[in-house]
Amino acid sequence: MDTSFSAEDLAFRDEVREFFATEWNDEVIQGLSHPDTFREAMTAWHQKLYNKGWAAPNWPEEHGGPGWTSTQKYIFDYERAAAGAQSLMPFGLQMVGPVIFNFGNDEQKQRFLPKILEGTQWWCQGYSEPGAGSDLAALKTKAERDGDHYVINGAKIWTSYAQLADYIFCLVRTSSEGKKQEGISFLLIDMKSEGIKVNPIHTIDGHHTLNETEFNDVRVPVENLIGEENKGWTYAKALLAHERTGIANVSDSQRNLAQVVELASNEMQGGKPLIEDASFQRRVSDIEIELMALEYTELRVLASVATGGAPGPESSLLKIKGTEIQQAVQELRMEVAGYYQGVSVPEGGENLSGHDFGDYARYRYMYGRAATIYGGSNEVQKNIIAKAVLGLG
Amino acid sequence: MNFDFSEEQVMLRDSVARYIQDDYDFDTRNKVVASDEGFSRENWQTFAELGWLSIPFAEENGGFGGSPVDLMLIMEQLGRGLIAEPFIPTVLLFGGLVEAAGSEAQKEALLPAVIGGELQGAFAYLERKTRFDLDAIETTATGSGDSYTLSGEKTVVFNGASADKLVVSALSDGGVSLFLVDASAGGVSRTSYRMMDGQVVANITLDGAAGELLGEAGKALPIIEQVVDNVTLAISAEAVGIMGRLNEVTVEYARTREQFGVAIGTFQALQHRMVDNFMAFEQAKSLLYRAICDRLEGKADARRSLHALKTMVDRSGKHIGAESIQLHGGMGVTEEMSVGHYARRLMMINTIFGNGDYHQQKFSELSYGEKAQEAPAAPRAVDAA
Ligand SMILES: Cc1cc2nc3c(=O)[nH]c(=O)nc-3n(C[C@H](O)[C@H](O)[C@H](O)COP(=O)(O)OP(=O)(O)OC[C@H]3O[C@@H](n4cnc5c(N)ncnc54)[C@H](O)[C@@H]3O)c2cc1C
Ligand SMILES: Cc1cc2nc3c(=O)[nH]c(=O)nc-3n(C[C@H](O)[C@H](O)[C@H](O)COP(=O)(O)OP(=O)(O)OC[C@H]3O[C@@H](n4cnc5c(N)ncnc54)[C@H](O)[C@@H]3O)c2cc1C
Repeated sequence: MDTSFSAEDLAFRDEVREFFATEWNDEVIQGLSHPDTFREAMTAWHQKLYNKGWAAPNWPEEHGGPGWTSTQKYIFDYERAAAGAQSLMPFGLQMVGPVIFNFGNDEQKQRFLPKILEGTQWWCQGYSEPGAGSDLAALKTKAERDGDHYVINGAKIWTSYAQLADYIFCLVRTSSEGKKQEGISFLLIDMKSEGIKVNPIHTIDGHHTLNETEFNDVRVPVENLIGEENKGWTYAKALLAHERTGIANVSDSQRNLAQVVELASNEMQGGKPLIEDASFQRRVSDIEIELMALEYTELRVLASVATGGAPGPESSLLKIKGTEIQQAVQELRMEVAGYYQGVSVPEGGENLSGHDFGDYARYRYMYGRAATIYGGSNEVQKNIIAKAVLGLG
Repeated sequence: MNFDFSEEQVMLRDSVARYIQDDYDFDTRNKVVASDEGFSRENWQTFAELGWLSIPFAEENGGFGGSPVDLMLIMEQLGRGLIAEPFIPTVLLFGGLVEAAGSEAQKEALLPAVIGGELQGAFAYLERKTRFDLDAIETTATGSGDSYTLSGEKTVVFNGASADKLVVSALSDGGVSLFLVDASAGGVSRTSYRMMDGQVVANITLDGAAGELLGEAGKALPIIEQVVDNVTLAISAEAVGIMGRLNEVTVEYARTREQFGVAIGTFQALQHRMVDNFMAFEQAKSLLYRAICDRLEGKADARRSLHALKTMVDRSGKHIGAESIQLHGGMGVTEEMSVGHYARRLMMINTIFGNGDYHQQKFSELSYGEKAQEAPAAPRAVDAA
């Protein structure tokens, strides 16, 4: 057992730290904070990382990944979070990219991977449907072959950032024979195609990220099919492993918790800083202790992946604990904000309350409820562990 | 970065596991516990022959020179087997204190006998008012040089009834000192009784008993704390071993017990609870690894990790213990099933050297109190490097 860092690791840490200290600056933060400038600012931020060769830590070197060890990936993510820097949009880099380089053909790799890597092509995920949530394989959006096109009809829901995306990767039904998992195909669809309509869904945090995406006789060239027809479920499942790496969000939670402690040091209650209150300390330490444990749980999973293991069903544990901790931190931040937890600035609007973190605390808490629902709800993750780890039928 | 064990470590772990499998099943263990001493001298000799008693001692003291990782691996197995023999009191506490504080002559006189399995020892530290503060004692030692006499009453001395020699903490020379006391010496009287995990402990009254100074007079507290930290890690490893075993036993029971025409393990309400138990165990194990690596690698965060670990061992231990009983239904509350025995040992471990609340308080002081400003904690492993 050894968790010490080598001299090279520490030098790498310093380089990464330096990068984030200079590049994650007010200009980037300003741009990202407003919906009208969000995509432009995010692309610029993406390209700073891209220019360093750091945009896609998990990609193989042949497709432009940096070839880092798992320790380096871990350090990188730590430093990013510690600097308060946002991670890049996951839909291209973490989700569809790996599907394309694992299951796509050469033409598809050349057409899509470079643009995903440089951050100029934006993607969204079209899996869920009104009737297919946790039971994703129940999806009905239909793709019918017509010459060298598929014709798509149906609707996807909860498509995050569809309003900004250039492409959507979709699971569609190409057959209704046999098991429901067996008639699903994986399609890449241009969002500018005729017949696509994006309807915003407003969420309880007051922001707009979610949409319903309708497909009415949308024609998609067959060369946009990944792999074989009716094999899409297999590809999507393989991708889930990638999706789960880093899903624990340990480094962000650590940074957020440290921030809560700092905020609570400036907030007075009963004539002394809130952080000195014993019951508040108890709540912080409850979370921090779980988080210290989760950090090592994640390192244990990473270490086993590095020695050839696949991130198995144990990674469901990372998802469950990680999201529970995120929510606990968000709740604590709300409480530090006191009355100001209720401040509700309209998206893109001006904060007139004079308070600096109440609005942030509120929308993070409200949006944060979703973390235990998406990415496979926590109940579904428990089902996975019960079956695959504990062997309970 | 790796969490692998060396070949020797795997062999060591497997040798303890095999012993438990072949020679220490649950019924055998219960017979051992029911005996007068609460453990078997014969087994103890076997442990000596297998070399387990030498693991934590330095090579120059005749030991194996094992690392905290070696010790962790043994302790996890001892937990899984619910081993009743006094490894902690004799080897880790008594032996540990002699090794840490003793003179060359004292080490030569005592450690080979501990390692050889010929000597039973105990550490008498607790008193009625001590609770978890190791220096909150009233036992006094008067004298100087080679000749001290001790008076006071020590309670809940683990292995106190069987010990040949005791290390006793007492006030002298302006602080806490340690003394070696012959358990059979004049002025020493013992009353033995059992704790809920079946172990036999003793209250020991010292009435002018002769004591031989161990280490520097009045300056023992840091040494005690260092040994207690080692033992806290070790019992936490034992607890993690128990939690893992409890989960296995419970899942197995749920797979075979049928009600409503099906195995109760098919009920989702129970599945999710077993998943919670699994996660509680994995999280405790992760903190165990963390605390051990931090200590091994001399990281600034080692103390916080230890407090975090003991806090979690308390919380997860109670949770898993209680849930395992619940999932066994009526059978869970019987002596016949192992779950109650494991749960009782976990409850005992919870309180040894500080319960969860105590350690969480210490953790908070270091993390958010004034002490945090003096020596800022390293919240991240990267900074603790
Ligand atoms: C903020 C947000 C962003 C999202 N972004 C996207 C996106 O970009 N693209 C996309 O395709 N999808 C996206 N989703 C959809 C997400 O994947 C689904 O919400 C999720 O799969 C759950 O499906 P559902 O909402 O239909 O809930 P349901 O499946 O109806 O679940 C309702 C409740 O029942 C529980 N439940 C369901 N089945 C079981 C079971 N077998 N055992 C026990 N409990 C069960 C669930 O845990 C949940 O608590 C997003 C969701 C949210 C909230
Ligand atoms: C101290 C004590 C005193 C008792 N005294 C008496 C007495 O005087 N007379 C008498 O007749 N009986 C008595 N009982 C028996 C008691 O009623 C049973 O223990 C109880 O009905 C549970 O049955 P079981 O023990 O067989 O557990 P099981 O039915 O085997 O249950 C095991 C576990 O599975 C869970 N479980 C079972 N079915 C489901 C389900 N459908 N969904 C989800 N979870 C489920 C249970 O909640 C439990 O956690 C006593 C029990 C105890 C512990």
